[in-house]
Amino acid sequence: MPNYLLFESQEPFESAEVPRHYELAAGLVREGNQVTVFLIQNGVLVARRSVGSDAFARLAHAGVSVLADEVSLKERGIPPSRLADGVKIATLDQVVDQLAEGRKALWF
Amino acid sequence: MAKKHLTLVMMDAPFENARTVSALRLIDAALRRGHDVTVFAYEGAVSLTFAKQAPHANAVHGRDAVQEDHPLPKDWIAALMGAAGRHGGQLEWINCGLCVDERGVGEAIPGAQRGSPADLWKAAEASDNTLVIGTR
Amino acid sequence: MKTLQIVTSAYRCNIEEQDDPVVWISQAMKAAGAELHLLLEGGAVNYAVRAQDASGLSFGGKAQTQPPRIEDDLRRLLDKGAEVYLVQDDAEARGLEHADMLEGVKGLSRAELPRFFGRFERIWRW
Repeated sequence: MPNYLLFESQEPFESAEVPRHYELAAGLVREGNQVTVFLIQNGVLVARRSVGSDAFARLAHAGVSVLADEVSLKERGIPPSRLADGVKIATLDQVVDQLAEGRKALWF
Repeated sequence: MAKKHLTLVMMDAPFENARTVSALRLIDAALRRGHDVTVFAYEGAVSLTFAKQAPHANAVHGRDAVQEDHPLPKDWIAALMGAAGRHGGQLEWINCGLCVDERGVGEAIPGAQRGSPADLWKAAEASDNTLVIGTR
Repeated sequence: MKTLQIVTSAYRCNIEEQDDPVVWISQAMKAAGAELHLLLEGGAVNYAVRAQDASGLSFGGKAQTQPPRIEDDLRRLLDKGAEVYLVQDDAEARGLEHADMLEGVKGLSRAELPRFFGRFERIWRW
């Protein structure tokens, strides 16, 4: 079964489409795929624990691996201690490995 | 992991969006891991390798041109091309030729090639994976 | 490899380019032998609307004689065997009805996308 790597570069306040991207990730898991959502650029802004960040706990509970780009987090002053439940910090190297594995990769 | 061939499509013009740096970071990470990378630069991204980009002073920062040391995309891309071999891989950069013509950025850094959509398709077919980073 | 081209950005630079760059590159790759199909999403669902008219632009007396004709471009892709889909939810949200649409464009719901994606070896989201 092919797997997916979804780069989410936007936050929900920037684009009303972002929640649909999260839903797509959960839907792909329901279809039997392994799915990673990699938050990058402003996509990490909602990775800071907040009213809206429980979306990531729900995604993780649904079986999606939610990773946040360590460089994007650092650029925006979001320390590990403030990360929302369900979000893990990752490097771009880890993501390149998933690309190299052949995961279907979509940039949002 | 064995060496892979990745193709990346970029569309953003320089200095307009964070997607450019994210793409360069992905290219850098892939090359450091010894993979081959082909970049197909489409639309505004063909200006990334324009040879006539020039640094400048920054009075707001209180720095002259040397102190400002403003990295230009063309220099980063040239550096990535040079560094690729150190890790056993290579970076192939293809600019969409018609996009180059309409933007008047035909003077590109050494190593940047002119190509067409057929080259993107050929590269993708020969690659282990392709990532398109579209513009908005 | 069977590839799905997802078109998400609409009317961004169509006038300047005299086409949509993603629809254009899809046509060019198809002519080079690519097996690809299109999915129109978000505002790009409007590309499937009939009777779009971008003609008439002129600056300082210099007229644009070849405005973008997105409908014709999609029709050419369909004629060459590409399948063109649109996200029905996005079309309905924009008040589009079946009668507004180009013949041959197929609708699917957002809920169907995860399964639909499984039909393609590659998915390129522009």
